[in-house]
Amino acid sequence: MSNIKKAFENGKAFIAFITCGDPDLNTTKEAVKAAVKGGADLIELGIPFSDPTAEGPVIQGANLRALKGGITTDKIFDFVVDLRKEVSVPMVFMTYANVVYSYGSEDFIRRCHEIDIDGLILPDLPFEEKEEFEDVCNKYDVDLVSLIAPTSANRIAMIAKEAKGFIYVVSSLGVTGTRSSITTDLDSIVKVIRENTDVPCAIGFGISTPEQASKMSSISDGAIVGSAIIKLLEKHGKSAPSYIEDYVRSMKTAI
Amino acid sequence: MSNSKGRFGVHGGQYIPETLINAVIELEEAYNHYKNDPEFNRELTELLNEYAGRPSRLYYAEKMTKDLGGAKIYLKREDLNHTGAHKINNVLGQALLAKKMGKTRLIAETGAGQHGVATATAAALMGMECVVFMGEEDTKRQALNVYKMKLLGAEVIPVTSGTATLKDAVSEAMREWTSRIDDTHYCLGSVMGPHPFPTIVRDFQAVISKEIKEQMLEKEGRLPDAVIACVGGGSNAIGTFYNFIEDKSVALIGCEAAGRGIDTFETAATINTGRLGIFHGMKSYFCQDKYGQIAPVYSISAGLDYPGIGPEHAYLHDIHRAEYVAITDDEAVNAFEYLSRTEGIIPAIESSHALAHAMKIAPTMDKDKIIVVTISGRGDKDCAAIARYRGENISE
Repeated sequence: MSNIKKAFENGKAFIAFITCGDPDLNTTKEAVKAAVKGGADLIELGIPFSDPTAEGPVIQGANLRALKGGITTDKIFDFVVDLRKEVSVPMVFMTYANVVYSYGSEDFIRRCHEIDIDGLILPDLPFEEKEEFEDVCNKYDVDLVSLIAPTSANRIAMIAKEAKGFIYVVSSLGVTGTRSSITTDLDSIVKVIRENTDVPCAIGFGISTPEQASKMSSISDGAIVGSAIIKLLEKHGKSAPSYIEDYVRSMKTAI
Repeated sequence: MSNSKGRFGVHGGQYIPETLINAVIELEEAYNHYKNDPEFNRELTELLNEYAGRPSRLYYAEKMTKDLGGAKIYLKREDLNHTGAHKINNVLGQALLAKKMGKTRLIAETGAGQHGVATATAAALMGMECVVFMGEEDTKRQALNVYKMKLLGAEVIPVTSGTATLKDAVSEAMREWTSRIDDTHYCLGSVMGPHPFPTIVRDFQAVISKEIKEQMLEKEGRLPDAVIACVGGGSNAIGTFYNFIEDKSVALIGCEAAGRGIDTFETAATINTGRLGIFHGMKSYFCQDKYGQIAPVYSISAGLDYPGIGPEHAYLHDIHRAEYVAITDDEAVNAFEYLSRTEGIIPAIESSHALAHAMKIAPTMDKDKIIVVTISGRGDKDCAAIARYRGENISE
């Protein structure tokens, strides 16, 4: 059991996604600290991948900027060691299966445990393939986070029953990115999740405004925001952290 | 792995977002139903024969054989199919299946543009909407095919992300599919991606080796000693190999694009330079760096310019049933020109990779040996690019 549950002990959880190394690791560190100061309960650290097939243009751009800047998995591991001296909220890595597999799954996940990473989100790893990493994750107390989508239907109960850490509920069809409206019947999805597990669930994809965050967290246990934060980094670069703090505070207050 | 489906040894699987899982399950169930449905098979056979022009010829390349002075060379003429390549075999099957499933819209990725043209063609024929994703770099290399797709009523979306080539077109088509599933079928063009695509595409392409076998028995009364095909994702190659896998006397040879050489960074030879990984829905071999970042591959051929290979090929390599060799741009261009001059057949630059290997091995083999080379497509689309390669600028 990891520390992820602590993120859900302070009312509804606000979960912030930040891509490591966009535009550089120093800015990532300041951005994470700013998000925590603004009230973020859990941080998703993105390890960039060359071909992020579940991401919209905003996070794709962050991945490519970070890789162009020379970011690597090893640099990110070292960075987290440093970051952990100042940040104590639960943190998870979000990346793609090949980044973990190519590093050596056991080496990667053991390293997560050593540097206090609480979980792993892999958007290209559905329920049927989770055995690829599940045993090693269990061995090192790293929660392999399950995703549930608007199309999951008859699969929701099965996924929820085996979920660890928290459940990432995908709000809409398509890739990550801000949306003007979310039309999925999330109430029914969350109802089935609740019937099958006590593991908390948070909703992500398309959330950018305090109103959306408030609505999504009223249905579930929290809201996940990525693209809206990445946009601040894209716009303000190294001076983005202060904007991120204000933004996260407005979101956390709303939920 | 107990839950995982569509494995070829360790390869294959379904590494895709949860959003798409029910869609691939629905596809698998529909395919399992229709593949044994007599009516479906009758319709498909009629389309292949009456519309696409099958069976394709198995042509004895007598001049080439005599010139090279060794094994007898036959060419499997997939270039004579309607739309000029083997791609139509798979597309007609998938489009018909999609139609039976009630889908009204086809999306596809394309590299050289042959799969895009084939998909646009099937969509026109069956009255379906069609959107094709094509790397911006490839839209420039293959401008004529872009025009053809538009002429056929498809929308062509140039993809600017990443290296703006085939892998990025696949990524973008997958993204599009996650955003619109209900009415849309992703008509994947090769034996890659998540299960059931590698199996479905293989089955629809297996007609190539089924015909080679029948035609060879009729012409020579025996099986060939080797069958050779080019490999990007590997659909014409698996089609060429499939019905010979159990015939151990038949050597199966896949020809990858070495680009400027497998000792350079400008290559797309996955088996020769890649390692095991997980990408685009499958576990297989991929060109990648030590951290698993997918490598920006290169080949003169837009159709072979892909950093991965289908999972069944990866497996055939692992068990040493098939051999995968690397052919450079230079060797392929020489073969392109050689076949044009020698037999009056202009082959696709993709297929020229397979020809180049036949030209290497035929002279080393006895005259009573037989090689079949699959000419997966015709080379009209490549003439301008080859002219440029030779320092001549022609307008299309």
